[in-house]
Amino acid sequence: MTSLNFEAIFQSKIDDEVKIEPKDWMPDAYRKTLIRQISQHAHSEIVGMLPEGNWITRAPSLRRKLILLAKVQDEAGHGLYLYSAAETLGADRDDLVQQLLTGKAKYSSIFNYPTLNWADIGAIGWLVDGAAIMNQVMLTRTSYGPYARAMVRICKEESFHQRQGYELMMAMAFGSSEQKAMAQDALNRWWWPALMMFGPHDAESTHSDQAIKWKIKRKSNDELRQSFVDVTVPQAEYLGLTLPDPDLHWNEERGHYDFGKIDWDEFWKVVKGNGPCNRQRIQARIKAYEDGAWVREAAMAHAEKKEQRKLQPEAAVKAA
Amino acid sequence: MNQYLLQLADNALILGHRLGEWCGHAPEMELDIALTNIALDLTGQARSLYQRVAELEGIGKDEDDYAYLRDVREFRNALLLEQPNGDFAHTILRQFVFDAYNYYLYQALAQSKDEWLAGFAAKSLKEITYHLRFSSEWILRLGDGTEVSHAKLQAAIEDLWTYSGELTIPNEVEKDLAQQGIIPDLNLLKPAIEGKMSEIFAGANLSMPAGIFMQTGGKDGRHSEYLGFILAEMQFLQRAYPGQEW
Repeated sequence: MTSLNFEAIFQSKIDDEVKIEPKDWMPDAYRKTLIRQISQHAHSEIVGMLPEGNWITRAPSLRRKLILLAKVQDEAGHGLYLYSAAETLGADRDDLVQQLLTGKAKYSSIFNYPTLNWADIGAIGWLVDGAAIMNQVMLTRTSYGPYARAMVRICKEESFHQRQGYELMMAMAFGSSEQKAMAQDALNRWWWPALMMFGPHDAESTHSDQAIKWKIKRKSNDELRQSFVDVTVPQAEYLGLTLPDPDLHWNEERGHYDFGKIDWDEFWKVVKGNGPCNRQRIQARIKAYEDGAWVREAAMAHAEKKEQRKLQPEAAVKAA
Repeated sequence: MNQYLLQLADNALILGHRLGEWCGHAPEMELDIALTNIALDLTGQARSLYQRVAELEGIGKDEDDYAYLRDVREFRNALLLEQPNGDFAHTILRQFVFDAYNYYLYQALAQSKDEWLAGFAAKSLKEITYHLRFSSEWILRLGDGTEVSHAKLQAAIEDLWTYSGELTIPNEVEKDLAQQGIIPDLNLLKPAIEGKMSEIFAGANLSMPAGIFMQTGGKDGRHSEYLGFILAEMQFLQRAYPGQEW
């Protein structure tokens, strides 16, 4: 069979909604695209622990502290789970981590913004997890089986995080005037970066067409962004907070909210490494990796010695 | 009784807080998850204990009043638990020394004639059993692993051993409650705790330090300089914006 035939069979499976599994034939570009996308997602989970982790030691009640610890822990779990999904495509977790640390791989730019007040923790849950869910609900139907299945589980936890984030925002928005000001300030700073999470407009998006043909993606960046805006505007209204966009209004004809122009210069500035926290985020990951090297080496050495002792019990006794 | 419950609660809260500092910065992702898990357990335990104190005091305080509105001298945790994370060897040694003590303590507390305390201890013992298994395994890995890890663990022992004794040296509160048969006599628990520690140390090619001077005072509110900074961070929002719901 020629590779053309393989490719035709592959595409017909996709068209028939049959999931692609690790051992199935797939085009190299499909494999590469998925490894890139899944590992970027994994990196985002891991780097995403940092802005929220920033408030663990300052959480203002024991209940909030537990919720935040559990949320950040879930993100570590999602990271692990996604690296495993990438490994089913033949990638190696250590290589992927190296790509993150050397700046070769990207992660979601949203995590390059700082968390400056406690309401930021609510805003991240509400908006950032909310935007992520839009994307991830779509990905539960993505064509690659292990990725789709990972997304089902991750989506459940993310929805929980989103509700907790919104509940935190409610406590702040309905709280004292100082708390309400924190909530508004957080919304002002996170709104536009959250809209940017969906990526460039469809016309400028380099990976989109092929990804849709392969059903890796099923909706375009702009479609997802619009859904997010439509869902979120009434939620902000309920909180009595103002979205920082004077051009935002309901368009009866379209049946959607119109919204203002996204500052793509800022988007590209942050993608290229010049966001407020890019440097700190990567440095924190490098530090954890380097400081932890001796621990990982010790664990490996111990495991090897243990194995040796099992194989040669007499030698171990003599050595002791 | 309240003073004693606060000792237990503050131990759990402060160690949980320290472990929370690791979140996102651990040597590997699996350890991020495990350390956060222990932080969650301990913070949850602290919460139950503060709720119980609030109930017994009956003066309208809630769990957060104890965690967020007391100052250094009112905290009752042992000195060991407020010591900084240091490197991973320091964190694991601190954890192991505490877990070994806590495991045998909670085993005994589960038999307390105070019904609430017995129930709470029995419930928490499941978590603490896992903590002890986790920290024991890591003592073995680091002690047996490489020369570097062995040396780092040894350095942690030198730094922290002086804080290990306080856990099993009873203060007046503990003597009194032991006499009433509500909590165990710490002197009687000591052999089991030390037995566990020397067993694990032997497997890790470490020897139990002897003749070390033991610092005390934390359980009676005489702390190291570290606790003030922990509280400054932990209590910031409650102090800066008093009386608000979060």
